Amino acid sequence: MIANEQTVAAVEVSNLRRTFGTTTALDGASFTVGYGEIFGLLGPNGAGKTTAIKILLALLRPTAGRARVTGIDVAVQPMAVRRRVGWVPQERTADPLLTTRENLRFMAGMYRLSAAAGRRRAEELLALTSLGDYADRLAGDLSGGTRRRLELAMGLVNVPAVLFLDEPTLGLDITARRSLWSYVRAIRQSGTTIVLTTHYLEEADALCDRVAIIDHGRICADGTPAELKAGLTGAGARASLEDVFLAATGQELIDQPVTDQLVGR
Amino acid sequence: MSAVTFSSEAAAPGELVGLWREHRALLGRWLSRLRREPLALLALLVQPIVWLALFGHLLAGMAQTASVPGGSYLRFMTAGAVAMTVFNACIQGGVELLFDRESGFLVRMLAAPARRLSIVTSRFVYLAGLTSAQGIVILAAAYLMGVRYASGLAGLACCLVIGALFGAGVTALSVALAFSLRSHAQFFPITGFAGLPLTFASTALVPLALMPEWLRAVARLNPMTYAIDELRGLVISGWEVRPLLATAGALLAFDACCFAIAAFAMRRGWR
Repeated sequence: MIANEQTVAAVEVSNLRRTFGTTTALDGASFTVGYGEIFGLLGPNGAGKTTAIKILLALLRPTAGRARVTGIDVAVQPMAVRRRVGWVPQERTADPLLTTRENLRFMAGMYRLSAAAGRRRAEELLALTSLGDYADRLAGDLSGGTRRRLELAMGLVNVPAVLFLDEPTLGLDITARRSLWSYVRAIRQSGTTIVLTTHYLEEADALCDRVAIIDHGRICADGTPAELKAGLTGAGARASLEDVFLAATGQELIDQPVTDQLVGR
Repeated sequence: MSAVTFSSEAAAPGELVGLWREHRALLGRWLSRLRREPLALLALLVQPIVWLALFGHLLAGMAQTASVPGGSYLRFMTAGAVAMTVFNACIQGGVELLFDRESGFLVRMLAAPARRLSIVTSRFVYLAGLTSAQGIVILAAAYLMGVRYASGLAGLACCLVIGALFGAGVTALSVALAFSLRSHAQFFPITGFAGLPLTFASTALVPLALMPEWLRAVARLNPMTYAIDELRGLVISGWEVRPLLATAGALLAFDACCFAIAAFAMRRGWR
């Protein structure tokens, strides 16, 4: 499908800036995600993660800089980008008054699949995310973990080249979280590149091939979890991704008065 | 768990086919939601009959002292009931978009390669269908209560078209409101506040001749009056082509104004 798959990256962000009035959400962020990777975007609240993802989904226009997905510029061909990417937002967005299957078929229609293709696709996704038993249940009646799997399946209706997951396991218990990880790995196996944001460093460590830490709209560290841990001077061999995160975002300064931290964001 | 092989990705369809597919999905969703709320559906279909029976008989006694066009008050009021029903359904018609904005569903739809305008136009199609169904219920109920229609079945079909032309503008206003407000908490008070006065300041229940001077002036500016007068003409007097075209023109002008307002509100309010 993409002739130059070897030469371009799945996601290429360079010097991306985005301002909202006087607030700067992204301040020259650059990162690259290779095909087939699970890439983690880590950062404190308000660091610019969601803004970056919304730009890559062609939902927001960049103020400056460039963002390309599978080689396509999001600002130039937003519709072409939307056809190729999938998104699982942080909020529960499945329609609670539709069944699991109806939600999937609805999304298939919004991706302009024919009725027959949409039906086929819905059944494939029900199988992939083990939602067969819940196919005819209303989304509003599903438990947290099951609902999350539906949200995941809804992001896959168009067989995306790149799937964006915004805090995919937020609020899930540890069993449901581990289970969701296995689905994410299976999706990668099928050839989809995955970009996820997370607050759970343990999740990034377990799931991601590469990680970028973002703070104040800039990338301040970038590499495999192992590289990042090894690169942390003074923390010894037992450094965790958490140490890396705190060092990179400067949040080890817990001597700082709490009010400063609150105002400083 | 093993990787699942997917059916091959279909090439992007042509624009017209794409528009058809997204409208079908959106309409299917609106209908599924309606089906899942049977009490709301029941209220939508029964309430117009209640209007007709209640107001029709309540005001019929009073109406005997004055002369009402059409011979019977019920016959006079049938047109008003149709227009009121269209207005009530359509003025609430945008709120689902506000709910979708609040829940994040709207943004998720926007991330799909569908035209964002389709989300709104599907609402128009849905409401035109819904209010037509309500209109048929009213016209059939009035027939059972003894109202006869001067313009025949074709005239009744024409009534539904007039209703849809009026409803399109009202829906656009509702959509504009939905995109202008931060939350639905304000939506219903505003539409509730506007609804009854607009109905009474029209010829839905009382002919122009019986209104005080100032109210008559307001009613003459009210687009609902234009729709009602035309509907009433079709019910009571039969086909008159020239006023019919004039009304259609007036309603199209009303629709154009409302669409402009909605377009302005939507440009600013998608997120």
